[in-house]
Amino acid sequence: MGTAAPSTRKIVIEPVTRVEGHGKVTILLDEERKVKQARLHIVEFRGFERFIQGRPFWEVPVLVQRLCGICPVSHHLAAAKAMDRIVGGETLTPTAEKVRRLMHYGQMLQSHALHFFHLVSPDLLFGFDADPAIRNVIGVAKKHPDLAVQGVLLRKYGQEIIKATAGKKIHGTGAIPGGVNKNLSVAERDGFLKDIEQILTWSRGALAIAKDYTATHLTELKDFGSFDSNHVSLVRSDGAMDLYHGNLRAIDAAGRKIFDQVDYQRYLDYIAEEVKPWSYMKFPFIKSLGPEQGWYRVGPLARVNACDFIDTPEAEAARKEFMALTGGKPNNITMAYHWARMIELLHAAEKIRLLLHDPDLQGTDLVVKGRRREEAVGLIEAPRGTLFHHYQVDRNDQVVRCNLIVSTTNNNTPMNRAVEGVARDYLSGTEITEGLLNRIEVAIRAYDPCLSCATHAMGQMPLTVEILDCDGRLVDRKDRGDPGDGR
Amino acid sequence: MADSVLLIGYGNPGRCDDGLGPALAEAVERLHLPGVTVEADYQLTVEDAAAAAHRYVVFADASVGGGEPFFFRAVHPAGGTSFSTHSVEPEAVLALARDLFQADTRGYALGIRGYRFHEFGETLSDEARGNLAAALRFIVPVLTERTFDSAAGTAEGIHSPAQVRTHP
Repeated sequence: MGTAAPSTRKIVIEPVTRVEGHGKVTILLDEERKVKQARLHIVEFRGFERFIQGRPFWEVPVLVQRLCGICPVSHHLAAAKAMDRIVGGETLTPTAEKVRRLMHYGQMLQSHALHFFHLVSPDLLFGFDADPAIRNVIGVAKKHPDLAVQGVLLRKYGQEIIKATAGKKIHGTGAIPGGVNKNLSVAERDGFLKDIEQILTWSRGALAIAKDYTATHLTELKDFGSFDSNHVSLVRSDGAMDLYHGNLRAIDAAGRKIFDQVDYQRYLDYIAEEVKPWSYMKFPFIKSLGPEQGWYRVGPLARVNACDFIDTPEAEAARKEFMALTGGKPNNITMAYHWARMIELLHAAEKIRLLLHDPDLQGTDLVVKGRRREEAVGLIEAPRGTLFHHYQVDRNDQVVRCNLIVSTTNNNTPMNRAVEGVARDYLSGTEITEGLLNRIEVAIRAYDPCLSCATHAMGQMPLTVEILDCDGRLVDRKDRGDPGDGR
Repeated sequence: MADSVLLIGYGNPGRCDDGLGPALAEAVERLHLPGVTVEADYQLTVEDAAAAAHRYVVFADASVGGGEPFFFRAVHPAGGTSFSTHSVEPEAVLALARDLFQADTRGYALGIRGYRFHEFGETLSDEARGNLAAALRFIVPVLTERTFDSAAGTAEGIHSPAQVRTHP
């Protein structure tokens, strides 16, 4: 928790609920009890890079799934893309690339659906100030059962695609260095085709909810935890949104390109990470702008802002509508993440339909190999944003170095800014009201952060709120909803 | 199905004893028990409401501070304040199954005591391995004979190995 400086007061909120893993918010007050700074602390397990060292490279796409119980597929694919280059097989066969893309769009669909229906819809449907006892997925299930069913079944559909392409949930092995270990059978394809039109219908409905909510509440949302920022994402060589593969593009808050079509093997020439003494998580920034000006956002908002177009018709129409809200300039409204996320949900559903009609998915040419390399980077646009995997492998096939920049780390500075903005607007005195707490959570949730903690065992994840005075003494504490109840 | 069973073992095998749930699932799956479907996952999530298709569901997980070597008890649908993450609790899975799919699935939690969670590693601690073996010895006849309620007892509580053996 640290010691408060004599001239400041500290309010600590931990852990942040309904985000992945444990987080803690500290609000630093000045002598006049106004917000001086807000910090989102990520209690991140470190040491994964060391865990990987010494392991044979072909094990890595499976091992990295242990990083996260919510987005294992993203780590699986990012690592596999790096290992493709290690074995000289970065140009995959059509079947291998399309099976992987199907896996990835399935992941995008299920992750975005889970986040929107399970985590966000309670806020939107019941309001930020609604009783937490009903402002959750069970509350949605009772009051809007049709919507809740759609969320569950969208998620299930995506998970079943992952199972068909990656294998078991715990031990996904579908992507291997240079390709995949299986294609999609005709029976599997037909099973997914049977439901895809329903999936599209539900995706359109979710997009409509997110869009209408943003439009209806624009006055209150436009300043809610919002700020101008740079945006980073992969784009295809023609500027299209591409969630699986492409080159790096960075734009500023006005849409001007900072860099474009950068081969991500050279990401270290463009991106650096700053360390701050109060956080375990690093703060990435664009090198040419420096840490003060070069921080950026990733994820759905950044991707929709950064791309020139989306190559599926319904998502492209939705993108145009989204961009029209800000006159074609990047949208910097934090809460617009939800609208952008649902554009991607629809895009993923459209892509899945296209792929299911592609006979290459039933091809049998699954793996390629070429000139062996000892260093490689794998990048993917994970549901939460750009995910970097960087490996060095020695001649004995063992990993000797590993560096990961996960999506949530890329959004570290923006999340801190969002929390600080909300705290400035909604904190009064030293009391953590439900309203403030809810709004801090809402602002953080917009980023759909994954705080890199896949340990979840029974008895964890209570919410504790503490207020400390300027000498670090506890003056108030709130606990709510300990699901462990003594287990 | 009238008496079909779903066993979900969940946890992260890359976090030492957090892998107790999946380890139990793997062990049960190898037995091919009739009418018992086995799943393993990192966490419970909303789509696990598909448990609604089964009469009984057993949620097997590592336990941080529960009794040794494990506990087994009935769980009931509940929502209310949920402060979990993207994952949901067994009670919420049952509530979703009930509210969304009108299911009367009966749920039970098997919490196997673990000790090492805060580091990376793919092996269970020796103590956790012993608890896993005890839990497996306990749960297999329960799954086979569908004696969930008698095994859980009339009151929620912790079962010591001796207590467990008193139940069929």
